[in-house]
Amino acid sequence: MTDSKTTVPGASAGGGFSLQNIFRRPEAGAAAGFLIILIFFGYFGVQNNFLTALGTSTWLNFASKVGIIAIPVGFLMIAGEMDISVGALIPAGGIVLAMASELYGLNIWLSLLLSLGIAGAIGYVNGMLVTRTRVPSLIVTLATLFVVAGLNIFVSKKLAGTTQHSVQDAGPVSEFLLGDYHTLQFGADDAPFIIFQSLQSSFFIWIVFAIICFFVLHLSPWGNWIAAMGGDQQSARNAGIPTNRLKIALFMLSAMASALVGMTEAVLANTASTTTQFGMIFNSIICVVVGGVLLTGGFGTVTGIVFGTLTFGIVFQGINFTTFDKDLNLLFIGALLLIAVLMNETFRKMATNWSSSKK
Amino acid sequence: MSANAPILALRNVNKSFGPIDVLHDINLEVRAGEVLCLLGDNGAGKSTLIRILSGVHQPTTGAIEMDGGQVSFPNPRAAADKGIATVHQFGGTFPLMSIGRSFFVGVEPTKGWGPFKVYDRKKANAIAVKAVQDFGITRIDDGDRLVGGLSGGERQSLAIARAVHFGARVLILDEPTAALGVKQAAHVLRIVNEAKRRGLAVIFITHQVMHAMAVGDHFAVLIRGAVAADFKKGEKSREQITDLMAGGETMADLEKSIDGYMSTHGGHPPPPAH
Repeated sequence: MTDSKTTVPGASAGGGFSLQNIFRRPEAGAAAGFLIILIFFGYFGVQNNFLTALGTSTWLNFASKVGIIAIPVGFLMIAGEMDISVGALIPAGGIVLAMASELYGLNIWLSLLLSLGIAGAIGYVNGMLVTRTRVPSLIVTLATLFVVAGLNIFVSKKLAGTTQHSVQDAGPVSEFLLGDYHTLQFGADDAPFIIFQSLQSSFFIWIVFAIICFFVLHLSPWGNWIAAMGGDQQSARNAGIPTNRLKIALFMLSAMASALVGMTEAVLANTASTTTQFGMIFNSIICVVVGGVLLTGGFGTVTGIVFGTLTFGIVFQGINFTTFDKDLNLLFIGALLLIAVLMNETFRKMATNWSSSKK
Repeated sequence: MSANAPILALRNVNKSFGPIDVLHDINLEVRAGEVLCLLGDNGAGKSTLIRILSGVHQPTTGAIEMDGGQVSFPNPRAAADKGIATVHQFGGTFPLMSIGRSFFVGVEPTKGWGPFKVYDRKKANAIAVKAVQDFGITRIDDGDRLVGGLSGGERQSLAIARAVHFGARVLILDEPTAALGVKQAAHVLRIVNEAKRRGLAVIFITHQVMHAMAVGDHFAVLIRGAVAADFKKGEKSREQITDLMAGGETMADLEKSIDGYMSTHGGHPPPPAH
């Protein structure tokens, strides 16, 4: 590899497994950060069951909900856009499902489709506004955040007279897939071998969703289009990429993913509320940035976002397992974000400067 | 169609933006295997002319002809489909993409079936690296390298190789050497020569007369939106071209006035005007 003449053009490196290859991958920073945080909280939280199956489920369940939203938000960021309307689409997803099934007696699956459809329509509006007006998406989605939040309360009160809806058990299949606790263990009941314990359905949805998104971003040609759009929009359009349609599709995806999270919460807790989840806006952005996505667009990986979400989940929930003062929680998250951004910058430089024929 | 007919020609092209006339009666021709150098100072209308040729703007009046027939480019895509490729100053490539991926952006090679079509990384890398190496850039040997790690000259070369690979017949180079050092610029000029040798028509936009004279066969000087001079290689000297670009005020006169000032002021140059 030191002699460039002996390398086959284009086919060198890449496939092989070496330390150098790991470090030239920009998501290496996110993975390394995750390991450090896991070891740190594992050490300080071991007495308080942080490493048990139940303890792990605590932060995995939390991470899964942010994670489902973080991936499409990350896609948008790679494409050079933002979506902060997700905070209002989570409750919107939940209350549409609740009202359609409870108030109008609609089948749970039809209610789910209706909820996804409405979310998709809101995402479409976001996308149209951004691509047509060229107003920055931060402002457009800030506006739709409040518009949808207002609609949530208004429509809720007009139709049901309340902002708190109950969601009855709609059957074992929908409970199982959308909102239930799952445990997998072998052996005797008094000394079981636990694979996982009390993981929510959303965790499995997240994993499946992440695998699909990984395929789209890294294996299918579409991923190339998304990155090209964020890297240089003009060149991407000149290369024949339908930038507007792709952007609208991404806004629809993030809106629908948010609604799905709202629905899993509603089915799990048997209640849906109109409360806007402002926290989730920041949480999803933190996961994406910790995951190594470039804030200015043009680069990011699904693996990175998943690691970023896991890291965030541990830091957010992990402090409860340690003897540290719980009030330091937010400070930890701020520090995490800062360190992650600085680390990503270093790893990105290493990746850019990497060459198989370094002299 | 004779071999010597122009591939691309502008006939009496005018362009105005509202009340402002930017281009007046532009007549230009470029033939296969020929480099047309478009010279002009900042604001002379070079950028507008490129945008008309690449389909970003449409002429207000006048016609664009390709292979002798009249054509119109309603958008950049239409121009690209007819084989007109524009390479901008920074290569128009994507810094955090691999060479293979940015080479094939929008037309990715795939393998597999139906919805499970996947991007064929090996094939893309091999083709991209070969295309660039064919242009003499042997330092690029790994298609997984990120474009951001390439030098400015290498990025230009990658963009030119990409255009040629995808069947460009007319190559428009918008100040490819403006941001480059001497060595890198020489690199790009060699590639311009290679493109010409392969029978492409090249429109080379620059305000560096040296670079233009190194590769040009045909020169057009734009001043305030009009073609002020149109001549062939060897018809004018470097000083004459520079004087033309400066818009009549000759460099020699300028030098003389500065020299005169310095001789009466003890060798000091004149103070800045502002």
